[in-house]
Amino acid sequence: MAGRIEIDTERCKGCGLCVAFCPKSSIVIRGQSNSNGYFPAEMTDGDCTGCANCAIVCPDAVIKVFRDSNIASVKSGTKSKPGLIEEKT
Amino acid sequence: METVFERTKSFKDCVTHYCPGCGHGIAHRLIAESIDELGIRGRTIGIAPVGCAVLAYDYFDVDMVEAAHGRAPAVATGMKRTNPDKIIFSYQGDGDLAAIGMAEIIHAGHRGEQITVVFINNAVFGMTGGQMAPTTVLEQVTATTPKGRQARGEGYPLQMSELMALLPGAAYVERCSVYNPAQVRKAKKAIKYAFKRQVNNEPGLSFVEVLSPCPTYWRMTPAKAMEWIENEMTKYFPLGRLKDGK
Amino acid sequence: MSERILMCGNEALAEAAIIAGLDAYFGYPITPQNEITAYMSRRMPEENRVFVQSESELAAINMVYGAAATGKRAMTSSSSPGVSLMQEGISYLAGAELPAVIVNVMRGGPGLGNIAPSQSDYFQATRGGGHGDYRTIAMGPSNVQELVDCMPLAFDLADEYRIPVMVLADGILGQMMEPVVLEKKPARKLPPKDWALTGAHGREQNIVRSLWLKDGALEQHNYKLQARYKEIEAKEVICEEYQVASAEIVVVAYGVAARIVRSAVDKARAEGIRAGWIRPVTLWPFPYEQISKAAEDFKLFLTVEMSLGQMVEDVKLAVAGKAPVLFYGRPGGGVPTVEQILEKIRQLSMPTKKAAAK
Repeated sequence: MAGRIEIDTERCKGCGLCVAFCPKSSIVIRGQSNSNGYFPAEMTDGDCTGCANCAIVCPDAVIKVFRDSNIASVKSGTKSKPGLIEEKT
Repeated sequence: METVFERTKSFKDCVTHYCPGCGHGIAHRLIAESIDELGIRGRTIGIAPVGCAVLAYDYFDVDMVEAAHGRAPAVATGMKRTNPDKIIFSYQGDGDLAAIGMAEIIHAGHRGEQITVVFINNAVFGMTGGQMAPTTVLEQVTATTPKGRQARGEGYPLQMSELMALLPGAAYVERCSVYNPAQVRKAKKAIKYAFKRQVNNEPGLSFVEVLSPCPTYWRMTPAKAMEWIENEMTKYFPLGRLKDGK
Repeated sequence: MSERILMCGNEALAEAAIIAGLDAYFGYPITPQNEITAYMSRRMPEENRVFVQSESELAAINMVYGAAATGKRAMTSSSSPGVSLMQEGISYLAGAELPAVIVNVMRGGPGLGNIAPSQSDYFQATRGGGHGDYRTIAMGPSNVQELVDCMPLAFDLADEYRIPVMVLADGILGQMMEPVVLEKKPARKLPPKDWALTGAHGREQNIVRSLWLKDGALEQHNYKLQARYKEIEAKEVICEEYQVASAEIVVVAYGVAARIVRSAVDKARAEGIRAGWIRPVTLWPFPYEQISKAAEDFKLFLTVEMSLGQMVEDVKLAVAGKAPVLFYGRPGGGVPTVEQILEKIRQLSMPTKKAAAK
C-alpha cells in the first residue's frame, strides 16, 4: 500500500463521510461501538493511496494520513507538507 | 511513510459537540488551517455567533468573543476599526446572518469593513430545533414549515451572496460548498483567500458562503445530506466566485 | 485648556470624552443629541481616532461591545427610544464584564414621544432595562460643567469595575450653552486589561463571553458580578445636599430638575419656609444612606422629577417609612417651573406654619 490512515476511533462519530468518499472503498464502519456509543470508521486492507480524501471531508479531524512517496506516484513539483493538505499552485 | 495530513494547531485538540456529519466541523478546520498557514494565530480575533457554533471559542485557539445574535458584523466593525492590524473574522449561520443580522451584514459590506465573514448556510435553524431559515428551500419541511416552505407566505430562499455582491464595499464574494473532497478543497481556497485579503490589507469585506449539511434536521444520513446539497441546494444557491476582490 | 469657554452640553461632553482618551465613538442620529454625532464625526478623525455612524442604535452598541472587547475606550450616545434598542447590547456588556460609556440625552416618551427634555428613563437606567441580574452605573449631572466632569469619571469607573456606565443628560442639558472648563483630569489607578482580546500571541486565548452553560457556572458568575456591585455601592456614591439638617421639607431631585428645585428652595427659604434639597449625582449607586440619615429627624420628602415618578421609589426605599415621601412632576416633555415647585413646597409647609402659629 502506498498510503495508510489512522482514525482516532474514540473521537470518531461514525458519520460515514470518509466511507462514502474513499475512492478505494478502503474504509468501513466498525461493528463495535466506541465508548461514546458511536460506530466509528476504520481502515480495511484495501488499497489506500494516501489521497487524504477521507481526512479532508472528516468534520472532526480524527484521521491522520500517511504516504510513502517512494511507492505512490507523486506528481513532481507538488510538495507534501506534513500536517496540511497539498496545495496545488 | 510521511504524514500528509493531520489536525492543524488552531483547531483545538478536543471533541466538538456538533452532530456526526455536520458541516461546521469541516468549516472550522478550513478556517483553522488558513490561520495556521498564514501564520496569523497571534493576531487573529474571531467572533462566535449564536447558533450551533455558539461554542466556537472552545474550538478555535485564537482570541474569541461572543456576539449577540446577528450582531457579529457590528462587533467586527468595532474591533477592526480600533485595531486595524488585527485579523478579524466572524463566523455566522443562516439565522444569525440572514435573519436577525441582515442589517448588520449588509451595512458592514456597504461600508466596506475590512473583515472576513464566513457564512454557513445549512438551510435551517439548527440549534433551536430545525426551524425554517431564510435560506430554507421551497417545499423543504422544517419545524415551522410542516407542509413545506411556500413562496407565498414564507418567501423564496434568500441568496445572501448575490445580495452582498451588489454592494461595492463587499469586494470579495464567493459561494462554495463541502459536499465532496473536491468541493472542500475549493472551499479551503476561498476561505484562505478571504483571510489573505485582510492580511494583505486589501480593501473591502471578504464574504464566503459555505453550503453545509445538517443531517439531523434534514433527516438524512451525512452522505445523503452531501448529495442533497449537490443536487438540490445548488439549484437555489449556485456555486462560484461572484466578485473576485480585485 | 483651562480657559472657560461657552459650549453646548452635547458638544462639551463629546470634547470631554475625547480628552479622557476616547478611542472610538459609534452612534446613530437621534434628536436631541445629534450635536454629539456631528461633533464626533469632525473631531475624532482630527485626533486619528475612530468614528462610525452606525446603521442603527442596535449596531452602535454592538460596535461599542467589539471595541471594548479589545480593551479600547468606546462610547455611544442616543436618546430614549434609541437607548431602548441598546438594552440587549448593554446586558451583553454587563454580562461579559466590558467597560463602556453610554450617554442618554433623555426625551419625552413612551414610544416615539417627542423631542422635549424628560427624566422618564430613570427606571430603564437604574433597573436594568435589559434582561438579567445586572447593574450599570448611572450618573445624572445637572449642569454642563458637571456633565463634562462626568465623562472622565465614567470611563475610569467603567475600566476599574469592568461595567457599562450610563450618563443621563436630557434635551435641556444637551442643548443649553454654559461656560465650561475642559481640562484633562488626573486618572484613577486602573487595573491592566489583561482580559482584552489583543491577539493570543505568546499566551493562551482570551475569551469574552456571557454564556455559561455548565451547571452552576452562571450562578457563580452572577455572584461575582454582585460582589463587584456591592463594592461600587460602598465606594462610588456621589450626592450633594443643601440645608438639610435644618429643613422640615427636603426636596430630592437630580439633573435639570435639581436646578429648578435649587431656585425654588432658595425662594422658599426667603419666605421663611425651612426647605432644603438633596441632589443625587450617581443614580446608581443611589444615595440610600444619605437620604435615610436625613429621614431620622421627621421631615417631609418631596421628590421632583420630569416624569410621572421613578426616582421617588428609590427615595421611598431610602426613607423606609420613617417619613412621608411625596411627588411632584411633569411627564412627556413637561418641565416644572420654579413657581410650580415653590407652590408645592408652600402647600406642604402650611401645617407646620399653622402649628408654629398656635
